[in-house]
Amino acid sequence: MKQRLVVIGAGMASGRVLEHLTDTAPDAFDITLFNAEPRGNYNRIMLSPVLSGEKTYEEIVTHDENWYAERGITCRFGEHVVNIDPEMKVVEGEKGHVPYDKLVIATGSAPFIIPVPGKDLQGVITYRDMDDTNAMIDAADEGGNAVVIGGGLLGLEAAAGLTERGMNVTVVHLMGHLMERQLDEAAGYLLRKDLEKRGITVLTQASTKAILGEDLAEAVLLESGDVLPSDLVVMAVGIRPETRLATDAGLDVARGIEVNAQLQSSDPDIYAVGECVEFDGHLFGLVAPLYDQAKVLAQSLLGEADAFVVRELATKLKVTGCDLFSAGDFADGPGREDIVFRDPSRGVYKRLVIEEDRLVGAVMYGDTADGNWFFGLIKDGTSIEEMRETLIFGPAYQGGDIADPLSAVAALPPEAEICGCNGVCKGDIVEAINAGANDLGTVRASTKASASCGTCTGLVEQVLQVTLGDEFQMPTAQPICGCTDLTHEDVRRLIKGQELKSQVAVWQELGWTTPNGCHVCRPAINYYLLADWPLDYQDDPQSRFVNERKHANIQKDGTFSVVPRMWGGITNPAELRAIADAADKYNVPTVKVTGGQRIDLLGVKGEDLPAIWSDLNEAGLVSGHAYSKGLRTVKTCVGTDHCRFGTQDSTGLGIKLEKILWGSWTPHKLKLAVSGCPRNCAEATCKDIGVVCVDSGYQISIGGAAGMDVKETELLCQVPTEDEAIEVVMAVTQAYREGGKYLDRLYKWLGKVGMDWVKAQVVDDLENRAALVARFELSQSIYRKDPWAEHVKEKAQTYAPIADFTLEAAE
Amino acid sequence: MSWIDIGHIDEVPLRGARLVKTHIGCIAVFRTAETEVYAATNSCPHKGGPLSEGIVHGQSVTCPLHNWVFDLNTGEAQGADNGRITTYPVRLEDGRILLDDSAVARRSAA
Repeated sequence: MKQRLVVIGAGMASGRVLEHLTDTAPDAFDITLFNAEPRGNYNRIMLSPVLSGEKTYEEIVTHDENWYAERGITCRFGEHVVNIDPEMKVVEGEKGHVPYDKLVIATGSAPFIIPVPGKDLQGVITYRDMDDTNAMIDAADEGGNAVVIGGGLLGLEAAAGLTERGMNVTVVHLMGHLMERQLDEAAGYLLRKDLEKRGITVLTQASTKAILGEDLAEAVLLESGDVLPSDLVVMAVGIRPETRLATDAGLDVARGIEVNAQLQSSDPDIYAVGECVEFDGHLFGLVAPLYDQAKVLAQSLLGEADAFVVRELATKLKVTGCDLFSAGDFADGPGREDIVFRDPSRGVYKRLVIEEDRLVGAVMYGDTADGNWFFGLIKDGTSIEEMRETLIFGPAYQGGDIADPLSAVAALPPEAEICGCNGVCKGDIVEAINAGANDLGTVRASTKASASCGTCTGLVEQVLQVTLGDEFQMPTAQPICGCTDLTHEDVRRLIKGQELKSQVAVWQELGWTTPNGCHVCRPAINYYLLADWPLDYQDDPQSRFVNERKHANIQKDGTFSVVPRMWGGITNPAELRAIADAADKYNVPTVKVTGGQRIDLLGVKGEDLPAIWSDLNEAGLVSGHAYSKGLRTVKTCVGTDHCRFGTQDSTGLGIKLEKILWGSWTPHKLKLAVSGCPRNCAEATCKDIGVVCVDSGYQISIGGAAGMDVKETELLCQVPTEDEAIEVVMAVTQAYREGGKYLDRLYKWLGKVGMDWVKAQVVDDLENRAALVARFELSQSIYRKDPWAEHVKEKAQTYAPIADFTLEAAE
Repeated sequence: MSWIDIGHIDEVPLRGARLVKTHIGCIAVFRTAETEVYAATNSCPHKGGPLSEGIVHGQSVTCPLHNWVFDLNTGEAQGADNGRITTYPVRLEDGRILLDDSAVARRSAA
């Protein structure tokens, strides 16, 4: 007699099971198929092309009515299963009972709904099945705004489809980059760029707080307070196995229905397959393993021996024009090595992860032609020892040409501007070379190209090389670090020229050879980005040296020093008491007066920092930035207030300058001083910027140093009023911020650009001076604030250990 | 091997680290990518620098005191420097960071 088989769920996994069963043993079972959806099995993977309009529902049907009829399958579509009774071996449907000998649960998965207010409003939908897809198509007919919550595979396909249908789409993604489970940061960056190109707005690190509206969804409110108008909200944050029936039936259920390698649940007559199962700790969301499971399950039902094994997976996004590929494990495991290839001009990124001469993971964007070849190497565990050097170029690699780094310069037209400061174009330089100039010095002398700020030096040299060929010996420019061949000057120029506004953009567009830089380039790039794009770029603490990340100076024993600011070196009894109290309270072993006219508390434990700052804040004291590549102090003498020689209020000017400049980041530390008369008690002439007051005004000199190098400042200008002195100081600081190489003190920058250039920029050209001041002020609107207060408020817990086992084990 | 839950991955900044205190010294837990963590001793073999305060790049960390660079996979110092830091098994499950408890308790009973 035929056995009775009941299948709950007509999805892709169970569909494949039925194909196997009815092909190999058409007479073995009497089959009843339940499906909650009012239709049979269709190719769910193709929902995205249906949404975008590239396909119709009819084209993606896998099993139509005839198919089921020919195989004698009883279809109960549109009918929910209410209950399973494993004792009686009966499935209870809404329209009646069906007894079984064997049962297959294939209930798939349910979309995860984030529990925010408004989640039940009309116009909030998920993206799982044909009904959802139809709902989105209908909504898109009305036009308007759509917000897709979730920047994973499904969310992005929904976003692309809705955009295709004319909606104005914003993707809200919780993590730092899109598809973080399949892609690394660089590939995520390129994907974002492509999506933005087609008009999709992408918000990362954005958390949904609520969906607003009366009955209909009207807007999405983010944690940041931003409100996104939305006529349609698509929730695509993830899926979870649909296990309710199994749980109610008393089967073993962890995250999914637990099955063995034969897809058998804890009840020997009940099997499960597809997205609802959990096997060996794994859940399954892609189709390949589901088909493997289906094959094994068919064998198990027929009493044949077979076993399911978990295999490597590859992912592709089904969005036309976004070419990405991800396979294997690129995110975890010991003893691994990366090979990175980037071609910024084509928007290509490839990363291979190698472990013990085996390829274990691959991420590609822009050019995925070799994806399957790499996937094969991963699956088969092929030794790549022999082809390691050329592996990244793929199977077709035949020792082709390496891209010529000079070709970009060679391709520039003669009217392309090379030197922005002096308005010199490529044609002028070539002309000078043809007239006999044969090195950087002679080109500079005859054309003035690169004779000012110097950031185009590399370009001028490349023009020399392109024009002269082998006759020109390219000086070996020092690259920033091993991650790139570019110099600091190149990178600064390209960040501005190509409007690169994130670290990922720099790494990708400038062809970094490492996934995310190193301890040498990261702080430099972070500085360049925040100096050039103060409003667009957010400072990255993880790219800062510990002192700037923790706003305190690390000492050799791992403790820190705390230096509160004393504006212009002026303090008062209340501040001094607060400092003394803090020193007592936190057992500060050493209290020292610094050369910058303030007090250093040395030996503070890292975890005490927020508390001591909070105490100091209460007394009105703020960070002295004694740790920063930025403004340190403005040292002053007592000036006209008390001194019988004083010519101007040097203390007052010092305080004003410090209040204007504090919090600003510069290529290296920046120290100022203001002396009230030429006796120069504040030692202004060995500071980065020094002001010496005289009867007739203020002498401003720059480029001093009293460290490894000792230098006297050079006179920049003398101005009659205090206001003008302040403007000149701001302008010269900004010029240094914009042009200086990271870790060059001001005197080194001055040596490169020359005093004449600085004078022209900030003394003679008043319009330019005002523009520099305005740009400085713009940046200071972000950075002129006390980082201590901010960390006390927002980051205090990060100063404590994440876990402390010394406390609990003591009991 | 048994695993101890020490916290959620979001508590460790991307390309940053957090400290775990134990009786046998401090362990640094590094987050090298969105979903990638490593654990190693916090102390640099050179001069004892706190590695959890270093810059994290690729799968390496640079000691904040004298720029020794350690590969977090092997614990070996890179480049010209010679030395090794102890690494500990650590894994991620549903966003929780699980540290091998022998890292925490191995020598504490003594």
